Amino acid sequence: MTRKAKRLYSIGAMLLVVGGALGLVLTALSSSVAYFQSPTELVKNAPGPAQRIRLGGLVEDGSVKRDGSSHVSFRVTDTVDSVPVTYTGILPDLFREGQGVIAEGTLGPDRVFVADTVLAKHDENYMPKEVVDDLKARGLWEDGKGLVDKSDKTVSAAPMGAGS
Amino acid sequence: MIVEIGHFALVLSLSVALVQSVLPLIGARTGDQRLMETGTIAATGGFVLIAIAFASLMTSYVTSDFSVLNVFQNSNSQQPLLYKFTSTWGNHEGSMLLWVLILAFFGSLVALFGRDLPATLKANVLSVQAWILTAFLFFILLTSNPFERLDPAPMEGQDLNPILQDIGLAIHPPLLYLGYVGFSIAFSFAIAALIDGRIDAAWARWIRPWTLIAWIFLTLGIAMGSYWAYYELGWGGWWFWDPVENASFMPWLAGTALLHSALVMEKRAALKIWTILLAILTFSLSLLGTFLVRSGVLTSVHAFATDPTRGVFILCILCLFIGGALFLFALRAQSLEGGGLFAPISREGALVFNNLFLTTAAATVLVGTLYPLFLEVVAGKKISVGAPFFDLTFGPLMVPLLFAVPFGPLLGWKRGDLLGAAQRLYFAAGCALAALVCVLAFTGGTRVLTAFGFALAFWLLAGSLTDLFLKAAFIKAGWRTGLSRLLGLPRSAFGTTLAHFGLGVTLLGIVSVSSFQQEVITTMAPGKTIEIAGYTLSFDRIDQRAGPNFEAQAATFSVRSGGVEVARIESSKRFFPARQMTTTESGIWTTWFSQLYLSLGDPSEDKQSIVVRAWWKPLVTLIWVGALIMGIGGMVSLADRRLRVGAPTRSRQRAALAAGA
Repeated sequence: MTRKAKRLYSIGAMLLVVGGALGLVLTALSSSVAYFQSPTELVKNAPGPAQRIRLGGLVEDGSVKRDGSSHVSFRVTDTVDSVPVTYTGILPDLFREGQGVIAEGTLGPDRVFVADTVLAKHDENYMPKEVVDDLKARGLWEDGKGLVDKSDKTVSAAPMGAGS
Repeated sequence: MIVEIGHFALVLSLSVALVQSVLPLIGARTGDQRLMETGTIAATGGFVLIAIAFASLMTSYVTSDFSVLNVFQNSNSQQPLLYKFTSTWGNHEGSMLLWVLILAFFGSLVALFGRDLPATLKANVLSVQAWILTAFLFFILLTSNPFERLDPAPMEGQDLNPILQDIGLAIHPPLLYLGYVGFSIAFSFAIAALIDGRIDAAWARWIRPWTLIAWIFLTLGIAMGSYWAYYELGWGGWWFWDPVENASFMPWLAGTALLHSALVMEKRAALKIWTILLAILTFSLSLLGTFLVRSGVLTSVHAFATDPTRGVFILCILCLFIGGALFLFALRAQSLEGGGLFAPISREGALVFNNLFLTTAAATVLVGTLYPLFLEVVAGKKISVGAPFFDLTFGPLMVPLLFAVPFGPLLGWKRGDLLGAAQRLYFAAGCALAALVCVLAFTGGTRVLTAFGFALAFWLLAGSLTDLFLKAAFIKAGWRTGLSRLLGLPRSAFGTTLAHFGLGVTLLGIVSVSSFQQEVITTMAPGKTIEIAGYTLSFDRIDQRAGPNFEAQAATFSVRSGGVEVARIESSKRFFPARQMTTTESGIWTTWFSQLYLSLGDPSEDKQSIVVRAWWKPLVTLIWVGALIMGIGGMVSLADRRLRVGAPTRSRQRAALAAGA
């Protein structure tokens, strides 16, 4: 093999591996990433049953129901709309009513969100960043003050400035 | 007073680092021996000063001096002594101080043990180290000063994040940082070589031990972090593809590639330019990791209180060093001479194959980690890239690489014999085939992918041992001669075998736990039993306990196999009043390499029963045992005579002395 042919082969092999990896990355990005949505967005335009969604908001007060076993249902709200969620498993230690939560899963045909992962805060000054950003963008959150209710009621959520 | 001494020492170390950034470099340019020597003194002195600063911060933590803001925010007088020590780096400021301490430590190691390095190379390396040190000392002093005072001093501190109150905090961050920051030496050597415009096989021999040390620590640090997350978070997962985990995994992938390419450069003087680039990229990925973790762009357990100015500052450091290094590389790379030629099928070819796949894999992890940030900035969309993405991209890239591992050491340098190597691997192929058939038979032919996973793991295990077995020539020479030959082999041969064998062990653990794990989630009241993996698990009782700074609800379970009690497992929920926070302490019973893992959920409304999640994790500990074997392999390789810089010179000198006497 001449030196030139060798070089061509090695460049070809490199392109093959890198191209293959690129193809994998592009397929994976279009099929297996989860989009963040707020309850309002989710209610307005429901995605297909295969689309993974990260639903972020606050756990609605008084909505958490445990049916005796490990099935839990609750509602996630952004104070405008709310979405019912079901989950089987152990909720994170800091899962509380009135506090920030992210549920990852898919929206069922009955418009009930089936979560396979539920994330809450991991310490008392942390609120999921996506949730804060989303609430802030719609004027429902102020830095240092926490949740602002449009109907001028104070909501029980503690002021949590972190994450901003 | 102690705090002020620490603060002063830190400021002083900055001025020392500034001196070290400039003088040795000028010395190397002008050939001034005395200026070059200042690097050695400054590097050791700087390390001592930063060590004083670190020790004084640690003293404030141990004595619970709440007049220091950092101590007040992250510590509590009720904490056990061990956690008072570890609290020092369980926060942003303290962990950055640990970062620079380790950076200065490595710099001083080069200063002390680099006596046999060419003087100009050593001076340049120390200056480049000082540039990094200066940047991060500025960062600490300007944006994250751990020595800030609080007046009046509060009576009690706010406590360390309970998740971090664990022995893991004592081990994981120091190990990980030793790995992360250790790659700075390879980086400095690369930059120094570019400044000098000279690079040879000896250069590769010098950076290999440093890279190896960093690699060993990073391997152990990542494994420790993985095990810590596994038992502490109570989710039973050992790897989450969390951006912060990726941040440590990318330098590991690039560093592993660097180890292998430095080998080619050392033995065959080929791949010079590529090795330099890899050395730059590896440390750049370490810096990127530091940025991702410390800037607050990501939310995770590792992101402490966030402050936007810090993120911008680290981003500037990141751009300066990566951009500057790559610019210098672009200017100088052409002037470096290419080296030895080799056929595609050869040891060099195999190592290039390794590099190609490892760097591509690192690139896919990079894309998966940064794409969400990129999309948020560009399109304002928020997405999350998780395990499904990495399973689909990283997984397929690893399969050909792992398949090729046993071939590498069997191929000759320059021109190898693929068919010959394949023939010598018949035993490994037999093992793999046996594993394939066994798993298929065991699962009734339903788990084809699992069977191939097991086959690959056994291929690696047997294949990595093949090299040693053949080198000792047990079959030809008989056991006795074989054994003495085996003991006479260079330690690096054992290192390679151990590291590749460890990889196989880890793979075996991963395949086993991801295919045969069993899980039961149920609500249990005391007295109730469940069955899992042939064991009967009964919930005996639940009681209240008081810890030093928490209250615990501990549930006791007994495990029976065939009616005989084999173990008791305790799992608990801890409530930390200082932070109003609850954590779950999982209960784990290890039998051989498998584990029974229990974690508690919420109690039911009537408080009579509690949600229990039980897992059977077959061979799960092999994941970390494998990493440990890899680390040991690295250490054995490090002990190889060849890598002891200057050892031949010194022994020659000794021989000359002896001859003269």
